[in-house]
Amino acid sequence: MLLRRSPPRTAPAGPPAPVRRRRRPPRALLGAAVVVAACAALPLVWLVVRVAGADPGRVAALLARERTLTLALNSAVLVAVVGAGSLLLGLATATALVRVRLPRPGLWWVLAALPLAVPSYLLAFAVLAIRPEARGLGPLAVVLVLACTPYVTLPAAAALRAADTGPEDAARTLGLGPVSAFCRVTLPQTLPAALAGTLLAALYTLADFGAPALLRYESFTWAVQAAYEGTVDRTGAAVTALVLAAATLGLVAAERAARRRFTGARAGTAPTAAVPVRLRPAAGAAVVAGLGAVAAVTLVGPPAVLAGRVVAAGGVDADLPRLAVAAGWTLLLSGAAALLAVAMALPVGVLAARYRSRAVAATESVAYLGQGLPGVVVGLALVFLSLVLVPALYQTAAVLVFGYAILFLPKALGATRTAVERVPVEAEEVARTLGRTPWSTWWSVTAPQAAPGVAAGGLLVAVTAMKELPATLMLRPTGIDTLATRLWSQTSLGAFGAAAPAALALLLLACVPAALLVRATAGVPGGER
Amino acid sequence: MTPSTTRPTRRGVLTGAVLAATLLVAGCGGAPADPAPVAGDGPRTLTLYSGREEDLVGPLLAQFEQQSGITVDTRYGSTTELAAQLAEEGGATPAQVFLSQDAGALGALAGAGAFAPLPEEVRGAVTAPYTATDGTWTGLTGRVRVAAYNTRVPEAEVPADVTELTDPRWRGRVGIAPTNASFQAFVTALRVQEGDAAARAFLEGLRANEVQVFPRNTAILEAVDSGVVDVGLINHYYVAAAETPPANTALKFGAPGTASALVNVTGAGILAGAAESTEARELLRFLVSPQAQEYFARETGEYPLVAGVAGPAGMPALADLRAPRLDLADLEDLDGTTQLMTQVGLL
Repeated sequence: MLLRRSPPRTAPAGPPAPVRRRRRPPRALLGAAVVVAACAALPLVWLVVRVAGADPGRVAALLARERTLTLALNSAVLVAVVGAGSLLLGLATATALVRVRLPRPGLWWVLAALPLAVPSYLLAFAVLAIRPEARGLGPLAVVLVLACTPYVTLPAAAALRAADTGPEDAARTLGLGPVSAFCRVTLPQTLPAALAGTLLAALYTLADFGAPALLRYESFTWAVQAAYEGTVDRTGAAVTALVLAAATLGLVAAERAARRRFTGARAGTAPTAAVPVRLRPAAGAAVVAGLGAVAAVTLVGPPAVLAGRVVAAGGVDADLPRLAVAAGWTLLLSGAAALLAVAMALPVGVLAARYRSRAVAATESVAYLGQGLPGVVVGLALVFLSLVLVPALYQTAAVLVFGYAILFLPKALGATRTAVERVPVEAEEVARTLGRTPWSTWWSVTAPQAAPGVAAGGLLVAVTAMKELPATLMLRPTGIDTLATRLWSQTSLGAFGAAAPAALALLLLACVPAALLVRATAGVPGGER
Repeated sequence: MTPSTTRPTRRGVLTGAVLAATLLVAGCGGAPADPAPVAGDGPRTLTLYSGREEDLVGPLLAQFEQQSGITVDTRYGSTTELAAQLAEEGGATPAQVFLSQDAGALGALAGAGAFAPLPEEVRGAVTAPYTATDGTWTGLTGRVRVAAYNTRVPEAEVPADVTELTDPRWRGRVGIAPTNASFQAFVTALRVQEGDAAARAFLEGLRANEVQVFPRNTAILEAVDSGVVDVGLINHYYVAAAETPPANTALKFGAPGTASALVNVTGAGILAGAAESTEARELLRFLVSPQAQEYFARETGEYPLVAGVAGPAGMPALADLRAPRLDLADLEDLDGTTQLMTQVGLL
């Protein structure tokens, strides 16, 4: 559920395919979904209009400069390295979680997911606290792999748990060793899910602004932000943002095309589920040590490093009242974003789960646009847009929440769609034959069963919104700080010790929904997809 | 593991409840701020766009709030970014006052008619050449461009003319902040003094010389002090303003008369839409008062521009700096400078 994205024709693992009605979708539902899709497309449309309206000479000069190529290469290399690293580390972690008998297995699941709550710029900042000269691809790739691995781990582990081990057992009887049988027979079954997760890691990397800025790696997002901060004419920022959006959407489209070609054998509910193996004590200890080390570096590392600086500086003025206000805003904004994203995801998700038509597929695809629009792009577009379309809301929290909702709609949408698909159509039909109206059927039959999945989608939106940086910086109301912006202003000052309280508060706050998320989904095989 | 439908459902409901409760609690924390200026006898508020950093001007604004009873909502950003934002917003801007890190952005906005005329009592406070001659904005403090260098480099080796930093010996050893308005003002001064071709050659030379790019002056100073770079181009006062005095950093002042010795000012103007705002006038009056001027001299090591206030300790007098002969109004072609920097690939 977690990371389900654009509609795959064949779910890599999960429940039997839902029976879809061939009827036409209700007008109201389709109308609502179209409105949502239009909202999701708004930033991109605006950027295109803006760039088209700019001086063609300037635009051409911006596109043709050597720097565009440099940025593209930098971003491509970064995405490739982080994608590969996250895939390997994620598969290894997933294998350990599902196939190795671990002490306190539930704890390890949570620990594997919690890096979702850790902002990449916090990791980068911790690296700088230890090595001030750190910069460039190497340290940045390490930071981003640590931050992005859960995107691979969770779907891969879910697919692995649902995988059919029958073929693996057959391979064993044919003389393959346990490791090679697992690697050659079972692991490939999880690849579609793991690759979908890798795409998310790649998208996160392409859109990330904070870590590349701190480690001074000139990526596209960094360039958009530099143009926004450093030029009087915003055409440059808009053109760079558009190129970045095109690159990201291209990545999404390529992954979709690859997925369409891939029609792997679909595992239903696993006929023969794998039993976690008990390793020899030394090997078991090594696995636990490996998992523990990754978790410790990612989760405990940053606050520990910053706390060390606090001690070295002999204490720090935390300005607790201000921190509390920032925490309040963080909760308010991310909570509102989660509610709005879920509200927007419901019509599209229900439609996609229950009806099949060209219009439905198109609506759903457009609603997924946010996945291909980095925060800098949406932030930039909404600064322009709100000023022109809704001047009364310019620089208010409403626009920021709307921006979050567009950015993270895909997360809520994947969750909602999957949750509704899991509700058997027959249950709805029985209710209808007993004389219930469609609405009453939805409220009494579908909604209660779909609620946990939908809520988990909302939680994921909340976690992601809490640590979002570039759009928050551009769109936040004047005089308002969130924990992320507090932390960011400290990082750009290099105030390692002073950043500790905000860093700790943000981690604690974001870990709550992240942990709830795992608990809400880990009980269901395939639930984390 | 068998799928269980009851447990997760209850959990899901629980998480939903937690989320809702959180929202309710947070909802009491405040509502979105209304950007419109409050009229009448309600609470007095003011919206300020500040291109100066919060750690430099935040304490001073807090003093103003306390003394005047006016709540100042400040939007901190880079000076150039906020100038672009003000140009974009035009008459719809929520801001009443713009506090700028350099004269170029103020000149560019004044040229576009963004400012209301200054009140009389503010207009005469600062004298030429450190303020606008047409009364659209006032200078507040003076600062000088310097090359901060790590003391492991002998002082004699650091060039007094920073255009020499394009020499291969400085490859990878120099730090700049291209998005910073003060650096951009220096480039504008170079364009005015030496011409666009020379400025372009300098920027391209830096880029070819693997100049290290930082987001702001404070980051450059840290990099110099920790030895990540040997030389950084910043304003003089960052050393005085640093919370922990940099132990390994010294300043080299530019050769007299060159753009390297540029004296630039910070300043403020009242936006056209706030011409009648008493709060905006009060803030401007406060900024040119002895109290604020002394704060800048003492706390941030800048040069006060109002007569009768002592300059920063341990710094040469403003008159002795022998800045290049140019009018601050000459720095207003900010757009031309950022265009040039974009073409070169530094932005």
